[in-house]
Amino acid sequence: MDALLIPFRYDYMVTAMWVSAVIGAVCGLLSGFVTLKGWSLLGDALSHAVVPGVALAHWLGLPFAAGAFATGLLAAGAMAFIKLKTPVREDAVIGVVFTSFFAVGLLMISLRPAGVDLKAIVLGNILGIAPADIVQVLVVAVAAALLVGLKWRDLMLFCFDPNQARAIGLPVGRLHVLLLALLSATAVAAMQAVGAVLVAAMLVTPGATAYLLTDRFGRMLGLSSALGAGCAFAGAYASYFLDGATGGCIVTLQALVFLIALVFAPKHGLLATARTRRIAEPTDLPGASLGTDTPTSSLPGGASQARPSN
Amino acid sequence: MTESEPISLEAENVTVTYPSGQTALRDASLRLEGGTICALVGVNGSGKSTLFKALMGFLAPARGTVRVAGRPVREAQKKGWMAYVPQAEEVDWSFPVSVADVVMMGRYGQMNFLRIPRAGDRAAVEESLRRVGMWELRERQIGELSGGQKKRVFVARALAQGGRIILLDEPFTGVDVGTEEAIVALLRELREEGRLVLVSTHNLGSVPEFCDQVVLINRTVLAFGPTDEVFTPENLTRAFGGALRAFEIEHSTVDAHDGRALTVLTDDEHPLVLGRSGHLEYRRRAGREDLVSEREKKAREEQPPAA
Repeated sequence: MDALLIPFRYDYMVTAMWVSAVIGAVCGLLSGFVTLKGWSLLGDALSHAVVPGVALAHWLGLPFAAGAFATGLLAAGAMAFIKLKTPVREDAVIGVVFTSFFAVGLLMISLRPAGVDLKAIVLGNILGIAPADIVQVLVVAVAAALLVGLKWRDLMLFCFDPNQARAIGLPVGRLHVLLLALLSATAVAAMQAVGAVLVAAMLVTPGATAYLLTDRFGRMLGLSSALGAGCAFAGAYASYFLDGATGGCIVTLQALVFLIALVFAPKHGLLATARTRRIAEPTDLPGASLGTDTPTSSLPGGASQARPSN
Repeated sequence: MTESEPISLEAENVTVTYPSGQTALRDASLRLEGGTICALVGVNGSGKSTLFKALMGFLAPARGTVRVAGRPVREAQKKGWMAYVPQAEEVDWSFPVSVADVVMMGRYGQMNFLRIPRAGDRAAVEESLRRVGMWELRERQIGELSGGQKKRVFVARALAQGGRIILLDEPFTGVDVGTEEAIVALLRELREEGRLVLVSTHNLGSVPEFCDQVVLINRTVLAFGPTDEVFTPENLTRAFGGALRAFEIEHSTVDAHDGRALTVLTDDEHPLVLGRSGHLEYRRRAGREDLVSEREKKAREEQPPAA
């Protein structure tokens, strides 16, 4: 029993766990919008696009969040601009822009390696997070939570039906920028916990899991936020015993929870959909057709079970 | 009060150019009053959806103006006058929202900063859901509805919003015949209430049956006005070019021995049928007996029967 409490005796572990949980909560909150808006790839893109900003901030002695936030928005702007002005498809535009930003970031860090730890950016370093960085994470998290808390209904309408939002005079352009800015900011915060490579998971998986568990948007936001926080806390805790990368622990745990939801979710899980399909096709009972017990009589039933559900 | 003043929609020389440099619509002008069901008709690529978006204020014209009851569209949007019923394909039916949630979205424009529903908002949602017969299904997730029920949810949203100009984008796609009739009946009620109902459609045949006015579009507004004046063979040819297929009875094997007993079947859309002089023919004679006898009289005057 005592062995399970060991991580709580070390200040750096306690810090890592609660800071991870805060980051997980705010990423989870945003992931609800990301998964429903179809922005998963964009979330991945932004998390990579912030890297040159981190390098630049270190060179100039600015807070890393400011630089990262700036290049994140710059990348989003670049994608929007290219998409508007050329017929290149959106996924290709995103692919080109974020890999370019990431490459420039890696190049900058390798040219002037002194100030920045490449490994910390790519893989995260929550166990060694500096007090100043914790402050930045908290500012981002509180601001994001507050803005989403105030504006989640408008953002929901923007995701669900942007034309209706426009028709009733909501500032759709500003809502778009707000959501992008929130994504960039949380991507920066999440980089601390799991590193640039795994930020996308924090911004997608909890939302995808919650989506399987409920049919109400408000509940989905609450669930994805709780899942994000819980997995981040437990993942950081487990990393002490596994002696593995914290980011890897957190995201693996998120993936496991997703898998459980995928199979067991009450309505949208694999078991539940298989059950409703069986109920929808009651004539599949073997032997119900002709009353013969020859093996061939099960064939029509088997064939109709293979039909797609709708 | 502003609510009692009659509604109107006016476009003046509207030209829309997309960022790619392509001009989708040039010098489109029209004027419509409340208390009408008006069809926007044109083929794909005719600029129909562009005009639709310009009228709703979704995109700003490069030149020209759109005015609602003499005001800019933006002002009409803020008042909640502009309601929009999207095409079924445009909606993410797996989005985690209930029927009541969607209808409540119609109220957002009138709510406070935090969009927290008040008693008045809940009452408006209930009233509109009852009106379209969907109140019992209010807790359903929207994907668990039939095609017609889905359409009715969004009409209820327009009602809850208090929309005075209601635009429906291809409302009958994927909807069974019974539901189509129910929706048409509801649209007629909205017309009686003085609202302006705009229906974007490529289905010519259904237009004479329920639209009293038509706007014909091909890169610009070719013609607008009462359906029987606008739907002439010349206008339709200009609007559709070679995109229409015709079955001309005069040149077919249909002969005098068939009398008037001819059955026309189509697999999907209503056929548009024109009489000999190019006038519209309607599906049901009931209720239009006056029209028939009037035409008969006119035909007799023009062509005295051969001795």
